[in-house]
Amino acid sequence: MFRAIVFSAVPVGIITGIAITLMQMVGTEPLILKAETYENAAPAVAEAAAPAEHAHAPGVAAHDHAATTDEAAGHDHGDGWAPADGFERTAYTLGANVLTAIGYSLVLTALLSMTNLQHNWRTGLFFGVAGFASVMLAPMVGLPPELPGSPAAELAARQTWWIATALATAAGIGLLLLRREPWAAVLAIVLIAAPHVIGAPLPPAGEEPLAPLELERRFIIVATVTSFVFWALLGALSGIFLKRLSPSA
Amino acid sequence: MQNNTATTAAKASGSAKASNLVQSAMAACLGVFVIGFVGFSHLEVVHNAAHDVRHANAFPCH
Repeated sequence: MFRAIVFSAVPVGIITGIAITLMQMVGTEPLILKAETYENAAPAVAEAAAPAEHAHAPGVAAHDHAATTDEAAGHDHGDGWAPADGFERTAYTLGANVLTAIGYSLVLTALLSMTNLQHNWRTGLFFGVAGFASVMLAPMVGLPPELPGSPAAELAARQTWWIATALATAAGIGLLLLRREPWAAVLAIVLIAAPHVIGAPLPPAGEEPLAPLELERRFIIVATVTSFVFWALLGALSGIFLKRLSPSA
Repeated sequence: MQNNTATTAAKASGSAKASNLVQSAMAACLGVFVIGFVGFSHLEVVHNAAHDVRHANAFPCH
């Protein structure tokens, strides 16, 4: 079964990764590049606008504005290696997309193979839509897709919330799909709602994104639609490939 | 005799099912590992290479 899942997930990931890279080239990529022009312009502006010595109301601790504006400009790529813009950057994006798609297809195909459901494009598609809900829709309620240069809470806290939300949502959908008892439905609803009741780590108060709001909104829409197509394609293809490769079928 | 064969067959199918479950779980773990590496690794080189994909997938970034 392990071999069947891997042999199914690899071609599915390659096809989906290529398709989604093409969509991103006309969708999200131009918006990211545009946002980076604001981001790269920001440090100079922030420096010029750095406030002179000033007094705060009592109760406000002394602080370093330079540090906060640097963080607002955020997005510290450091001095490390990064792919050059153009072909190289797109090539690495393609590689990352293919790997992500293989990873998600491994999980989706494995979960589908664990159920008693038939393996076909329809059950695959259903699992794909469930995947979209779990790792895109649910996390983006608290942590929407961001353009470079958006203020955000500490990375590790956001990653923890993101992973917990995706797992809780997936578990909730799984319960709804596989169990008929009322307690399962109640538990599922609690699992899906809980991360949002707890709340995502929010960006520090008073920090503004560097890119205009309109650009940010467009990015959220395009990223969400692209992700939906990604998951629909990934799910349906995973169902088809598993059906062909599954030892029991 | 027939009963015995039936029991053996049932046991075999039971253990095949368990083995399938374990193998599926291993495949799922491998998938989680790959996603974790591409989307969540703090290594700067990995972050920079997968930068645009992280943004597009709404993985927490920076």
